Amino acid sequence: MSKLNARIPEGPLAQKWTNYKNHQKLVNPSNKRKLDVIIVGTGLAGASAAASLGEMGFNVKNFTIQDSPRRAHSIAAQGGINAAKNYPNDGDSVFRLFYDTIKGGDYRAREANVHRLAEVSNDIIDQCVAQGVPFAREYGGLLDNRSFGGAQVSRTFYAKGQTGQQLLLGAYQALMRQVNLGTVTLYTRTELVDIVIVDGKARGIITRDLVTGELQRHFGHAVILATGGYGNTFFLSTNAMGSNGSAAIKAYHKGAMFANPCMAQIHPTCIPVHGESQSKLTLMSESLRNDGRIWVPKKKEDAEAIRAGKLKPTQIAEEDRDYYLERRYPAFGNLVPRDVASRAAKERCDAGFGVGTGLAVYLDFKSSIERLGQKVIEERYGNLFQMYEKIVDENPYETPMMIYPAIHYTMGGIWVDYELQTTIPGLFAAGEANFSDHGANRLGASALMQGLADGYFVLPYTIQNYLADDIATKRMTTNEPEFVEAEKAVKARFEKLMSIKGKRSVDSLHKELGLVMWDFVGMGRNKEGLQIAVEKIAAIKKEFWSNVRIPGDITGMNIELEKASRLADFIEIGDLMARDALNREESCGGHFREEYQTPEGEALRQDDKFAYVSCWEFKGSDVTPELHKEELVYESVKMVQRNYK
Amino acid sequence: MEKTINLTLRVWRQNGPKDKGRFETYKVNKISTDSSFLEMLDILNEQLINENKVPVAFDHDCREGICGMCSLYINGRPHGPDDDVTTCQLHMRKFKDGQTITIEPWRSAAFPVIHDLIVDRQAFDKIIAAGGYVSVNTGGVPDANAIPIPKADADESMDSASCIGCGACVAACKNGSAMLFVSAKVSQLALLPQGRVEGARRAKAMVAKMDELGFGNCTNTGACEVECPKNISLSNIARLNREFLSAKLKD
Repeated sequence: MSKLNARIPEGPLAQKWTNYKNHQKLVNPSNKRKLDVIIVGTGLAGASAAASLGEMGFNVKNFTIQDSPRRAHSIAAQGGINAAKNYPNDGDSVFRLFYDTIKGGDYRAREANVHRLAEVSNDIIDQCVAQGVPFAREYGGLLDNRSFGGAQVSRTFYAKGQTGQQLLLGAYQALMRQVNLGTVTLYTRTELVDIVIVDGKARGIITRDLVTGELQRHFGHAVILATGGYGNTFFLSTNAMGSNGSAAIKAYHKGAMFANPCMAQIHPTCIPVHGESQSKLTLMSESLRNDGRIWVPKKKEDAEAIRAGKLKPTQIAEEDRDYYLERRYPAFGNLVPRDVASRAAKERCDAGFGVGTGLAVYLDFKSSIERLGQKVIEERYGNLFQMYEKIVDENPYETPMMIYPAIHYTMGGIWVDYELQTTIPGLFAAGEANFSDHGANRLGASALMQGLADGYFVLPYTIQNYLADDIATKRMTTNEPEFVEAEKAVKARFEKLMSIKGKRSVDSLHKELGLVMWDFVGMGRNKEGLQIAVEKIAAIKKEFWSNVRIPGDITGMNIELEKASRLADFIEIGDLMARDALNREESCGGHFREEYQTPEGEALRQDDKFAYVSCWEFKGSDVTPELHKEELVYESVKMVQRNYK
Repeated sequence: MEKTINLTLRVWRQNGPKDKGRFETYKVNKISTDSSFLEMLDILNEQLINENKVPVAFDHDCREGICGMCSLYINGRPHGPDDDVTTCQLHMRKFKDGQTITIEPWRSAAFPVIHDLIVDRQAFDKIIAAGGYVSVNTGGVPDANAIPIPKADADESMDSASCIGCGACVAACKNGSAMLFVSAKVSQLALLPQGRVEGARRAKAMVAKMDELGFGNCTNTGACEVECPKNISLSNIARLNREFLSAKLKD
C-alpha cells in the first residue's frame, strides 16, 4: 500500500483545498523562468494548463498530435458545463454539486478531489466569460442555465450545442497569446512515444514528428499528461479518430498505476450504427433529453412492423408508446444518469422492442415542439438537428430521432493523488487522462468542468508545490544516457512494427478488438464473458505482432504506422479493462456485472468488498499486472443505493 | 434499404512538400450511400493496403463537423457538393453510381501541401496568436454575471464564434483571402464588452499578420460565405473593415 498515498490534506472536507493553498510551497517569479514544464495535449486540460503556467512565467513546451491546438476533441463536447453558481435560485450549492457528482459516480470517486472540483467550478465560468466565451443569455443580459442528467437543479451553462468548442477556443486563444509572448513553445503534429525517467523522476519525453517520422528528445522539470481517454479501444466510439490511450500506456509502463480501467461510460444518445464501413459514432447531446422523450413501441408487433419498414413511428398512437424512462424513473424521467439510460435502452432492445435495425430507440421532440414551438427547439438544438439530418437523411422536426448507446468517455485513467501527481514523481495527469473525479460514472457537463478545473485552477497550484523543491535542478541536456536509451527503445519498437510485413490492416485488427470489447466488456459484463475476452484479446495481440501490415517507410509521414503504434497500446488497455472488470465483482455506474443486480435490474454495489480504486501496476509484457487498492473513505456523504425513481 | 454505388476516384498524391505531385485514378465499388465521404476513403485505403500500396493521407479527426481538421476540394468545391457541412459530414447519397470524383487538397499559397491531401494551416494559428483573444490571465476576473450583455449581441457573437478554422473560405477564394476567418474572430470579440476594450488593437494586429503571411486581398466575391460549412456571414467582413478603418483613423 505504500505506493499509493493520495496525500489528501488535513481538515474538514470544505476546508481542505483552502488549507492546501495556504500551506503549499510556491516558486518565486525569477525561478519560474528557469523551470521547464512539458504539457502533452491541447484539449481543455492541456491548453488551460499551458496558458496558465505560461502566464505564471514557467517555460512551457506544449505538444499536440493535430495540426493545431484547436482541434483537440474537447471541441466536440456539445451540451454544457456545470457550475454551482445557483443563478436560477433553485437550491444549488457547492455541496450539492459535490454530492451529485459523488452519487452520480456511484460512490467510487475520491471525496476530496470532487469537493475541490465543485469549489472551483464557479471560477471557471467567470474565467470563460472574461475570455469572451459567448455563453447563452437571457433577455435581461444575464447567463442562462439548463438542466442535465443526474441533477434536479439547472446548473449547466452552454453555448448553443457547441459548448466544448467555445470553451476550447477560449483556452486555445489564451494559449496562443502565451505562444505570442514566448512563454509557451508549441509542437504540432508531434506525438509522445515515451516518457524519460531520470533518478526516479519524470524528466522528459521522446516524441515522433508525424510529418518527418523523426524521433526527438525533450527535457522538462515536470511532465503533465493531458492526453484524453481511451474509449477508442472499442474502435467505434464518439471519440475522434486520433484519440488514443498511448500516453497513458507509456506512463503505465514506466511505473504509473492505471486506475479503474474498466470504468467506461456508454452514452445513451448516439446515432445508431449504419453498417460495416462505419468509422465512428456521432453523439447527440444529452441536453436533448431536456426536451426529447425516449420511447419504443409498447407492442412487439409494432416494433417488428417498424423494423420491416411497414410502419412509421409517427403512426404509433400515444397509448401504444412505452416512455420507459418516465415509466421506470418517475422522479428523474428522461434525465436519469447516462449509465441508467443506456442500460434501459439495451434492456428494451434485447427484449425485442428496438426500432431501426433493432438496436435503436426513439428520441421524440413532438410534445416539446407542440408546447414550445419549433422556433424554440431550433434555437436550442438547431445545429444538432441539422447534424442528425445530414447523417441519417431524416428530419427530426417531423419524425423522432433514432438513438442507441455508444462508448463515449473513460472515467478510469492514470492514477493521481490529490495534487494530480502520478506514482512517478514529476509526472502529472489532468482531464480525462486521469481517473480522479467521476468514479464509476460521469455526469453530463462535468467533463468540461473537470478539464478546465485541472488546468486553470488545480495544476497551477499543485505543480508549484512540486517544483519548489526543484529550483536548484539545472536544465539537463537530452544527451543524458536515460534520454538516449529511451529513444533507442522507441526506435527498436517502430522498426519491429515495420518488419512484421504481415497481411492484416491495422483497422481490420482494431475492428476485431472493438467487437470483442463491445460484446464482452461493454454494457453488460459477466465472469464467463470477461474470461473469454481476456483470451480473445491475447489472440488479437499475437495476431497483431505477427501479421500486421504497414505499407510505406519508417521515415516521412506514415499514417498506418501511427495507427499501428496506437493499436498496440489499445490492445494492452483492452486487456487491462477486461481484467479490471473481472476483478470487480459488483455493479457500479458504467460497470455492470450481470451477476450483481437488484431484482429491478439496477446496479448492485458491494461496498464491503469493492469500495476502493483498483490500481494496476505493470509487471512486464505478458505478465499479469499487480493490483493495488486505494480504499475510498467517505466522511461527508453516506453510501447508499442510487435511486432516481 | 441500403443502396450501393460504384465510383472512379481521381486523387491527388504528393509524397512530401517537395514532390511535384500527380493525380492517381482508383476504382471503388459497392459503396453504401449511407457511408460518409471519409468512410468511402477508408474503404479505398483498406483496398490499397490489401494491394500492399501506400494509403492516401488526408486530415480528419472528430468526424462530427466541429474540429475543422478535415478539408478536401471535391469536384471543385471545398468540402464537396453538399451545403453547410464539412467533408466528414458529407454522405455518399450525394453522389451517383458511376460518377468520377476528383479529390484535391486546399490550393492556396498560405496553405502549402505537406503530403497527399494534407496541407499546413498553421498560418491561422499565427493570426490568432497575433491578437485573436482577450488579454486576461487566469484568475482575478469579475463574476460572470457582473456585466449584462444584450441577448442579441451574445447570439450574434456566438454566430461569429462558430467558425471551425477549417480554411474552406481561403480555399474557395480566388485571391486566397483569409478575411472571413479573421473577421469572424474580430466580430465575436468586438460584440462583447469583454473584447471591446482592445478591439482596435486586435483588428490591426490580426490584419497585419494576415497580410504578412501571404493571404490575398478581399474583393467581396462572396465565395467564402457560400462554401463556409458553418454559415459564417459576410457581414463579419463589413464589421472588420469598420473596426480596422476606425482604428487606423485614430492612429
